[in-house]
Amino acid sequence: MSAVVSTDAAALALHLADNALILGQRNAEWCGHGPILEEDLALANNALDLIGQARLLYQHVAALRQDGSDEDRLAYFRDAHEFKNHTLLELPHSTALAPTASGDRDYAVTIVRNFLYSSFMVLVWDALQQANDPQLAAIASKSRKEALYHVQHAQDWLIRFGDGTAESHQKAQAALNHLMPYTQSFWLLGEAEAAALQALGVAHFSSLQKAWQTQVARVLAEATLTMPADGGHVPQGHVGVHSEHLGFVLAEMQSLARAHPSGVW
Amino acid sequence: MSVLQAVNPQGPLGLPDADHPHHALWLLLENVCDPEIPVVSLREMGVLRDIREGPDGLHVIITPTYSGCPAMTQMHDDVQAALAAAGVQAQVLTQLAPAWSTDWLTDEAREKLRRYGIAPPNGSASQTAEGSAMAGVASNVVHFNRSTSRKDDVACPQCHSSNTTEVSRFGSTACKAMYRCLDCMEPFDYFKPY
Repeated sequence: MSAVVSTDAAALALHLADNALILGQRNAEWCGHGPILEEDLALANNALDLIGQARLLYQHVAALRQDGSDEDRLAYFRDAHEFKNHTLLELPHSTALAPTASGDRDYAVTIVRNFLYSSFMVLVWDALQQANDPQLAAIASKSRKEALYHVQHAQDWLIRFGDGTAESHQKAQAALNHLMPYTQSFWLLGEAEAAALQALGVAHFSSLQKAWQTQVARVLAEATLTMPADGGHVPQGHVGVHSEHLGFVLAEMQSLARAHPSGVW
Repeated sequence: MSVLQAVNPQGPLGLPDADHPHHALWLLLENVCDPEIPVVSLREMGVLRDIREGPDGLHVIITPTYSGCPAMTQMHDDVQAALAAAGVQAQVLTQLAPAWSTDWLTDEAREKLRRYGIAPPNGSASQTAEGSAMAGVASNVVHFNRSTSRKDDVACPQCHSSNTTEVSRFGSTACKAMYRCLDCMEPFDYFKPY
């Protein structure tokens, strides 16, 4: 791989890793606080898969960059503007709030986000299995199996919420209305990431939009929920311009590693 | 590349014949078990994939189960310790492809799991995992199918009844789901197809 190509490939792997890590961190916030024990375990397992995927991807980034970085450095010693995750994944588990407010966690937001994102990721991993980078393709085929379980879990709950009581339906619809506009960035990539896909022989993720919409529409219909119109502000987390929430996520996630920079435990 | 890998790159691995160059090492590593399921060896789990000569000495190849399985580091260390204790110089390497599958569990492992109280995975992983979510077939064509009337035929490891129900798709470890037998009423773990 030439230097330019491997820089692009590292940017793509970093974007994928940041997505997995930030959602993994968010879902791990439910650990010990799940609405019921089974869901506590489910979200902990889901977070474990995502953080495992992030580790494999960060190791791949470090190998591509050959600059002496490693998974810990990439996860714990970068600041918000260096993270390339989708804004959707850093949002708190609540519907829209004023920047400094903190609301109760709303499980409907957690489930809707996991549903929208894991449905997307099954398609992404499926496409990346064909990448002409054996390591990325290997990570993709492992992650795809895990994403399928995440979809199953999230869509089962989404259908239960939507087709459940008036209150659960209202909360699921509110979560959907809040989160759907953030999915607009699924179909956008930074320049380096797009170039990397081309070099890897994989179509741009925008080509996955139709299949994703079909899956989402089918589950929403079964859940008796209404597909909200997207449009409005297009989030830019994937190019490093984040919401105010990412800094708080990182502060909590990174503080221990930064307080003890060479700590081993 | 060893005979084993050439013969069986993606499937359950049996113990090699006595004339296999690394037979003694395979036997040695039979004692290394999955730390969370201490009745099956790493070979029977499909985690230990190969022992072969690399350019810089002997390589022992393992592959992770789930990406985030916290037991992987332990398995790596246990293999390394077993080799060191026997005075064997070898590197333990982790390989991701081909991706581990529950299809690689040997028949002996399935029987041992059952006796240990864990229902072994049903059917082929590639069919089962997708069948109940978004039945993907050919790569790059994913069909999203959710069967609401999914009935996994998971037999209770205690009383063997198939009258069982899923309590939670996620259980005590990443690889297991929680089930309950509706006949003997005992809860049990089910090793999910992966």
